[in-house]
Amino acid sequence: MSKNTLYDKVWELHKICELNDKQVQLFVGRHLVHEVTSPQAFEMLNENNLQVRNSNLTFSVVDHVIPTDNLSRPFKDTQAELMTKTLEENVKNNSIRFFGIGSGKQGVCHVVFPEQGIIWPGQVAVCGDSHTCTYGAFGALAFGIGTTQVSHVLATQSLAMDKLKIKKINFTGKLNKGITAKDLALFMIKKLGVKGGVGFAYEFSGSLVSELDMEARMTICNMAVEGGARLGYFNPDTITFNYLKDKEFAPKKDFDEAVEFWKSIASDANAEFDDIIEINASEIKPVITFGVNPQQAVLINEKIPSSENFSGKEKEEFIDALNYQGLNENQSIEGVPVDLVFIGSCTNGRLTDLIQAAEILKNNKVKVKTWIVPGSEQVKKKAEELGLDKIFITAGCEWRFPGCSICLAMNPDRLIGNQRSAATSNRNFKGRQGSPTGRTHLMSPYSAAATAIEGKIANPLKYLK
Amino acid sequence: MSIIQEKIISKIQGTAMPKPANDQNTDDIVPARFLKEITFSKMGNYAYYDERFKEGKKIEEHPFNNSKYASAKILVAGANYGCGSSREHAPQALKRFGINAIIAESFSEIFAGNCASIGLIGITVSKENISKLIETINENPKTEFTIDLEKKKILFNEKEIPFDIIEARRQSFLNGTWDAMAILQKNESKIKELEKKLAYLQFK
Repeated sequence: MSKNTLYDKVWELHKICELNDKQVQLFVGRHLVHEVTSPQAFEMLNENNLQVRNSNLTFSVVDHVIPTDNLSRPFKDTQAELMTKTLEENVKNNSIRFFGIGSGKQGVCHVVFPEQGIIWPGQVAVCGDSHTCTYGAFGALAFGIGTTQVSHVLATQSLAMDKLKIKKINFTGKLNKGITAKDLALFMIKKLGVKGGVGFAYEFSGSLVSELDMEARMTICNMAVEGGARLGYFNPDTITFNYLKDKEFAPKKDFDEAVEFWKSIASDANAEFDDIIEINASEIKPVITFGVNPQQAVLINEKIPSSENFSGKEKEEFIDALNYQGLNENQSIEGVPVDLVFIGSCTNGRLTDLIQAAEILKNNKVKVKTWIVPGSEQVKKKAEELGLDKIFITAGCEWRFPGCSICLAMNPDRLIGNQRSAATSNRNFKGRQGSPTGRTHLMSPYSAAATAIEGKIANPLKYLK
Repeated sequence: MSIIQEKIISKIQGTAMPKPANDQNTDDIVPARFLKEITFSKMGNYAYYDERFKEGKKIEEHPFNNSKYASAKILVAGANYGCGSSREHAPQALKRFGINAIIAESFSEIFAGNCASIGLIGITVSKENISKLIETINENPKTEFTIDLEKKKILFNEKEIPFDIIEARRQSFLNGTWDAMAILQKNESKIKELEKKLAYLQFK
């Protein structure tokens, strides 16, 4: 059993009481709400004549269903319009702070709430969204919940939770030039598997951590859930505190006191874990998925494995994945032609990601349709201040408005038929990008940009001097 | 009968259907385009939609279409069932389709929590016992299974298999308290106490 870890400390601080065997009523310090998983929760409150208990701890944004090309209202998609309107009414009726389109703060929830300084170390933060684990970058215990639990949190600012075990992942070595946090996350999942984290929280640690900025940490924590862990976290440090300083919703007058508290919740030197593993980042080359879950991945210079490496059910699943993807065993991943490149999402829609894509796209032309979707209005503004939009447009990319876009295709952005995409998002599941036969390859912004230039999956390293 | 009594679940009895693949995700269970409804009422229609219907054609052999498994109440799945997106739409779809219990080798955490909070039973058995259950269904799809939450056993054909479930969840089904709202509300004074102690809530 774990002891003296950040997870243990933050858990204890938020423990209201024990409910029954091992289950705990846990207080929620931040509740984030978006349009897809909340309407039924507000309805449950209305039906039972309940109020939102702590609207001051609740923040909301619209991101999943909004178009990224034309924001004029009403949206052409009547369901998307109704969903957005329902959220707008619910937040208004319950006095919840809401970042609407054009507010300067709207965007993908997991990009917006950190960049506004709403997520702090030591909070329990929840949202009806599995990628809530992104906020673990700050040393928050942050995890996704279902809609019924959203109603519990709205009404009681708490929920019933079971404690997880903790696996410490020591990142050692260095990230070589052109290798990003996304490659590290995909490499980790390739190594530990999509079931590797089931029942666990991941603590990310080791000598490499001090070289990872907040955006890199968010990318890694974002992918924790793809490795089966409900949440992942980094211990807060100077990098965290510097990021939060002067953010609109971060502590101001009490900042120093806050930093003392944040330092106190980090895992102790003598902390105990349920499991410890090491990942050497120096071994990593650009990682590209070939299959239908994020563990089915290879390094750019590798071939897709042979079915002989698998047996039984795993073999069936491997063959099924290749059939779905229209690929062969022992085929090189480099050179597979794509129809669309998507750079964006809660994994890779932040400023660093766009800077990396621009580094490669500068003075080049793309061969296939390339959508660049900034993670938020703020990211868009900052990118434009740096002139990145001009680099993208000159290269032939589409510079779009912020939203979840074709990561999950709840808006009009989607693959058609068995189109193949190179995507910086987090899920390559069957049908994920809006077409039941669409194909997805996950990769870093560098790899996606290189792929856009060649129209086929490409090694970004040759573009980086 | 009180509301709590109505919610007591001690046994699930019925036939079962096999869906044994590992890592079935919630996008498989309900594709994202069906999430644009502001109620769960129609979710049962969308369960496994893209596997059940391809290019407008009904795939008759899919377990959710196959008449052999019509009215099955129990789903037998593989490892890491319900991984991916946290969408409660997925367990809502299964429940509204008529599934009252899922037996898997393991579950994704968020999915398991969502099932528990809507009174859908999720239990785990060993890989070998998943195979045994699948064989039994394949031999005779009419086989009646009983999931006995008190005994923590699956009973069929005069055989029994032990299962695992988080004890708190088992109790909540047996007590009829799986919808935690009432319990959470009852502790309002304790929530207030904790709020006073949690210093960061006052940081300005």
